[in-house]
Amino acid sequence: MRTLILLLSFLAATATAGESRIFLKDRPGKNQVVAQCAMCHSLDYITQHAAVLDRAGWEKTVGKMINVMGAPINNADKRIIIDYLAQNYGK
Amino acid sequence: MVDRRHFIKKTAGSLAAAGGLALLQRSGLAAAGAEEPTVPDALPGKEALIKKTYRPPNYETPINYFDAPFTPNNRFFVRYHNAVIPEIKTSEWRLRIGGDAVRAPLELTIEQLRRDFEQVEIAALCLCSGNRRGAFQPPVPGLQWGSGAMGNALWRGVRLKDVLAGAGIDKSALEVSLAGADSGVLPTTPDFVKSLPLAKALDENTLIAFEMNGEPLPHWNGFPARLIIPGWTATYWIKHLTAVNVISKPFDGFWMKTAYRIPKDRFPSGQFSSQETETAMPITEILVNSLITNLEDGQTLPNAKPIEIKGVAWDGGNGIARVEVSTDGGVRWHQAALKQDYGRFSWRQWHWVFDPKHPGTYRIMARATSHSGDSQPPEPIPNPSGYHHNAVQKITIQLA
Repeated sequence: MRTLILLLSFLAATATAGESRIFLKDRPGKNQVVAQCAMCHSLDYITQHAAVLDRAGWEKTVGKMINVMGAPINNADKRIIIDYLAQNYGK
Repeated sequence: MVDRRHFIKKTAGSLAAAGGLALLQRSGLAAAGAEEPTVPDALPGKEALIKKTYRPPNYETPINYFDAPFTPNNRFFVRYHNAVIPEIKTSEWRLRIGGDAVRAPLELTIEQLRRDFEQVEIAALCLCSGNRRGAFQPPVPGLQWGSGAMGNALWRGVRLKDVLAGAGIDKSALEVSLAGADSGVLPTTPDFVKSLPLAKALDENTLIAFEMNGEPLPHWNGFPARLIIPGWTATYWIKHLTAVNVISKPFDGFWMKTAYRIPKDRFPSGQFSSQETETAMPITEILVNSLITNLEDGQTLPNAKPIEIKGVAWDGGNGIARVEVSTDGGVRWHQAALKQDYGRFSWRQWHWVFDPKHPGTYRIMARATSHSGDSQPPEPIPNPSGYHHNAVQKITIQLA
C-alpha cells in the first residue's frame, strides 16, 4: 500500500500525457538529449529557449545541469548535447 | 523519513528513465521538429491555464481571470523548480522546527498548528520574481513568463513568529531556512531551500497558511501548508512546508547564493544584508507595478462606444496611491478610480472610462504610483535573470 501511494504520488508529479506533444527536431544527437534531459524535466524547457540561448548560452546551461543540478552526463554526451541544442535550438 | 525520501528519489529516477525512453520512441516518429507552442492545459484539480512547462509543472493564469479582487484557486498559477511533488496526507504531514539557533526543536501536526496558535487572514499578492520575463529584450534565460505568473488571494493561517516562539529563538539567530516536501528526481539535485532574515521571519504578516480564499490550499499551490511572505516575491513562499530551521549563519544553498539574485546598483535596498555581496543581493520586495486586464495588444474594438479600461496595481506593501491611464502613448495621463482596498499587500483593482471620439489607433498605457512615491519606469531595468519587470505597460488597440 505504501509503495502504491508512493508510486501514485510520483506519477501525479512527473511525465504527463501532454509531454508526448513535444517533438524535438530529428537530427543527430537527439537520442542523447532525450535520454539525459527528459530524466528530470520535460523537453519544453528546450523548445522554450530556442529564441533565448545561443551556443554559449546552451553551453552554460548544460554545464549548470551537470555541475549544479547533478545530471550524470559524461563528457562525450555533453559535447553531443551541446552541439544538438546549439545547432537546432540556438538563437 | 530519510528512507522514504530516498525511496521516492530512487523510484522517481528509474521511472523517469523509463518515461524518457517512451518519449524517445514516440517523438522519434515525428518528422521535422515543430516547435512546441505555449498551450492551454489543465493539471489534475485545476482548470485550464497557460502551460509553460509540463515537468516540473509551470503554468500561468490567463489575464482575464485577474478581472476580480481574488484569483480563483482553480485558475491560480503553478510554479515548481523540481519535479517530484508528493501528494501529502494531512494525517502524515509534520512541520519540524529546528536549527542550531532554536532552544527546543518542535514537531507539529496540522491539528496542532490550527489549534494552538491564533489564526489570522491576510490578502496578499503572490508574484513570481520572473513574471513578465518573456518581455525582456534581449531575451534572458529562464521560464519565458507572460504577465500571468501571479495571483491575489486571501490566505488564512498562523504567524510564523508565534510558531517559532514555541521553539524558543536563541540570541545567535541570523536567518530562518525553509524547505518543502518537493524534491528533484535525482538524489544529486539540490532541494529548493530558501532562507529569510530573522526580522522578516518574525514579521507579524509572515504566515504559515493552510487556507486560500476560504478553502484548503490546492495541491499545486502547496497543500497542506505554505509560507506567505506578503510584499516579497513568491520565491520565498515555500509550498508543502515541512522544515523551518533557525540558523546562526547565512544559509549557503544554491537557491540563495546563486539563484534569485539581482545587481545591487540598480534596485532599492534588499533588506537582506546577511545574503549580500559587494555587487549582488537576493531579490526581496515586490516593485510597484500595474497590468491592464481587459484589453489585449492588437485588439480591434467598435468605435464610438465608451470603453471601460480595467486593471490591477500593486507594490511591496506601501499600498497604491494612484493609477494613471494614457490613450495617446504617454502624452496626457488621466487618473483612474481605485476600487476597494483589501490591505496594503493585496493588489488594487482600478478602472477608467475611455470615450474615444474618432476611429484609429490608440496607444494605451497604465502607470501606478505607491504611497512611498515610487512609480514604474518606462523601460524594464536590465538584470541577468530577468526579474522585476515593472515597466509601464504599452498596448495598441484599433478602433474601427
